[in-house]
Amino acid sequence: MTVLVEIRGVTKVYQRGRERIEVLHGVDLDIPSGDFLALMGPSGSGKTTLLNLIGGLDTPTGGSIVVQDRRIDRLSGGELAAWRAAHVGFVFQFYNLLPALSAQRNVELPLLLTDLPAAERRRRARIALTLVGLEDRARHRPRELSGGQEQRVAIARAIVSDPTLLVCDEPTGDLDRATADEVLRLLQMLNREHGKTVVMVTHDPKAAEYARRRVHLDKGVMTGEPVAS
Amino acid sequence: MRYLPLLWAGLFRKKARTILTLLSLVVAFALFGLLQAVEVAFESGADAADAKRLLTTARYSIIEPLPMAYQRRIEQVPGVVGVAYADWFGAKYQNESNAFPVFAVDPTGYLDMYPEFTIARAQRDAFAKTRTGAIAGKRLADRFGWHVGQKLPISSEIHPKTDGSLNWEFDLVGILDADDPAVRGNTDMVLINVAYFDEARQSGRGKTGWYIVRIEDSTQARSISTSIDTLFMNSPDETKTQPEKEFAIGFAKQIGDIGALVTRILIAVFFTILILTGNTMAQSIRERIPELAILKTLGFSDGKVTALVLAEAILLLILGGALGMGAAVAAMPALNGSTGGRFPPLFVGPETWLLATAIAAIVALIIGLPPALRANRLKIVDALSGH
Repeated sequence: MTVLVEIRGVTKVYQRGRERIEVLHGVDLDIPSGDFLALMGPSGSGKTTLLNLIGGLDTPTGGSIVVQDRRIDRLSGGELAAWRAAHVGFVFQFYNLLPALSAQRNVELPLLLTDLPAAERRRRARIALTLVGLEDRARHRPRELSGGQEQRVAIARAIVSDPTLLVCDEPTGDLDRATADEVLRLLQMLNREHGKTVVMVTHDPKAAEYARRRVHLDKGVMTGEPVAS
Repeated sequence: MRYLPLLWAGLFRKKARTILTLLSLVVAFALFGLLQAVEVAFESGADAADAKRLLTTARYSIIEPLPMAYQRRIEQVPGVVGVAYADWFGAKYQNESNAFPVFAVDPTGYLDMYPEFTIARAQRDAFAKTRTGAIAGKRLADRFGWHVGQKLPISSEIHPKTDGSLNWEFDLVGILDADDPAVRGNTDMVLINVAYFDEARQSGRGKTGWYIVRIEDSTQARSISTSIDTLFMNSPDETKTQPEKEFAIGFAKQIGDIGALVTRILIAVFFTILILTGNTMAQSIRERIPELAILKTLGFSDGKVTALVLAEAILLLILGGALGMGAAVAAMPALNGSTGGRFPPLFVGPETWLLATAIAAIVALIIGLPPALRANRLKIVDALSGH
């Protein structure tokens, strides 16, 4: 299996006023294409920071991150934005949908950055909503949806532009067990049937069971090699 | 266009707040449209002024009459190509509140001097031939329901007839109009034939109020004015000659500097709007920091997010400006109707629309730039983590 994400000696330091906070200390990690990797660890272990670096939301202080043979740690802000739009889908714990837009419009958002005409954008958004089982909720605003439905809209938004990589930060952290299982099954389906590479931060061992592999971080270092779930 | 639904949703995210802000903009722009219309109406005399026309009045006061005999002498001044005269008659029709300007003029000379006025050829000829003839501005005729061929009984404020009566009667032989709305404001008057007026008045015969002088070259206006005034220097009736525009501005300023007044009111209004709308925009963007961070997460560049915030301010101003100006335009017929033609016609011209567009653009930039720059500097990770 080819390596999709190659992380070498990544460090991340935040400066909060005079305080220097070292969050990651030389992380090495390979994520193969088609993997479903769970990043686990206690609060403050650096797993979300690592996820942000993999998704190109932030840049490392040191080390390198190569995704599909491209050094994303060297990209400028504008290049990184374009790269995210083309290659990464994001799912967050609190869904982060735009409350003023309908589910359909929320899903269409990433497509606004493409050259697709409006009709095609609508069609693709409709397909994505169908894939997550919410075609009948297209016109609903986020506040008119349940938490699980909101998260499924967020997943539809994440996959609508057909990204290589799905980056999920505690996607079930705000959901009850049954709904969380539905969302995790959906991510698993996207991984197994559609070949999406999924990197998911969670501290829920049950959620991690849906992943193919899991890796633990503690105090900014990996505690071992990824192990199969 | 593809971002319009996004902009619209952002703008009307909090409907009540946006509608209230929009209302304040609508009121501000409606006020702008109305006050500009008033200013334009007041300055219509100056705007309609012809650079090749001079006005000669008595040196110390425009109410002092000048001898009619001056006409031939002014005609002989080099550079002068035509001279007409007019006298203030002042009039009331039916009752005290129906007052309007009436000028006693030599029909042909006066109408030749103002080619911007339109009148049917036959009516113009009838005015010249009828000693008791009068012509009225169309708006005035419409207001009182006058029609050509009727008697026009009017009473003068200052000119009694030889029998001592202030009541005069003329034959309405024509209707005067103008194509340019700015000029149309100057047609709210009645012109009477000076031949009958001068013969029938009790006093002041052989005198007129002012001269209108047409010159060949507008660049010579100053020197010709000096030449005319020099002619009558040290005479009992000294003159003051000036370009028509200067005269019109000076005359309007006797009422008050409307332009300055309007400008000051509008500065106060738009300054308040700037603070109010600027605060609302800033608050709206502050509340949406996580949403803007999400847009950046999805791949919207810093520049694009900045442009979206700025575009939202522009959209707000376009809506407020267009609705406000539209309200001003819609109010014009009612306002013009309520003045009963006693005021020059109010209208919103292309220049006012252009000015409104410029103001809207400037206000949009001022209120949109600070939040747009804040959105530009926004760091995704900090915004999503609530820092």
